[in-house]
Amino acid sequence: MVPTAYYLILAAMLFSIGIAAFLIKRNVITIFISIELMLNAVNLTFVAFAHMWHQVSGQIFVFFVMVVAAAEAAVGLAIIISIFRTRQTLNVDEIDLMRS
Amino acid sequence: MQLALFIIFGALALGGALNLLFQRHPINSALSLVVVMMSLAVLYWSLGAEFLAAAQVIVYSGAIMVLFIFVIMLLNAGKEERTKGSRAAYTVGFPGAAAIFCLLSFVFLSERGALKSSNIGGDLSNGLDNIAEVSAMLFTRQLLPFEVTSILILVAILGAVVLARKEQ
Repeated sequence: MVPTAYYLILAAMLFSIGIAAFLIKRNVITIFISIELMLNAVNLTFVAFAHMWHQVSGQIFVFFVMVVAAAEAAVGLAIIISIFRTRQTLNVDEIDLMRS
Repeated sequence: MQLALFIIFGALALGGALNLLFQRHPINSALSLVVVMMSLAVLYWSLGAEFLAAAQVIVYSGAIMVLFIFVIMLLNAGKEERTKGSRAAYTVGFPGAAAIFCLLSFVFLSERGALKSSNIGGDLSNGLDNIAEVSAMLFTRQLLPFEVTSILILVAILGAVVLARKEQ
């Protein structure tokens, strides 16, 4: 027997680590990886609540999040490749074309 | 047994996430994310979501992470260096993340009485097995969103091809 609150706190820990990594990392691929970590933490919350309420809807949500994450990863990595091709860098401090 | 599973794989997920945070090389971060995803798959299984545990292993740690590692190797990404922006991010990032964590865990712990405990294995609404239940929901009430996601995937494939194509 594990209280559902423990799963939620684990998910909160993973989410905060994802936020910290998103803020302090300077490599655009690592920033993208930390977004995936945050998505995973939210998925854990969904599954824990689905188990708590004995409803399958939360698992359906997680399924759709996975599909959207796959699409997002494909498009995002293509954008990263095209950025690298034009600017020859992956450092977000040097990718400042939109800052006038 | 569920408590042991939760402690072991929760600690593994947490360790992987911290390793992701503190490693400087992107390939190390990507491989620690694989550890996190695999331990989360075990936790999904212990929460009665067998289909999602399998999908987590196949889709996330199979497909998506292979894509990430392909791109890291293709672009030959090296160690990241410290810059002025990263020092500012350190002073803001850690306190901000800690504040968000404290807020979330305060809410969860103060509402602990309303949140029940969980037993191992699937005991969802009608006593069917998990995959039957997920598929029944997905192909009846959620059929339109399910079909729309196929269009989303198609658009994403086209977008990825267009964006990554070499310009003439």
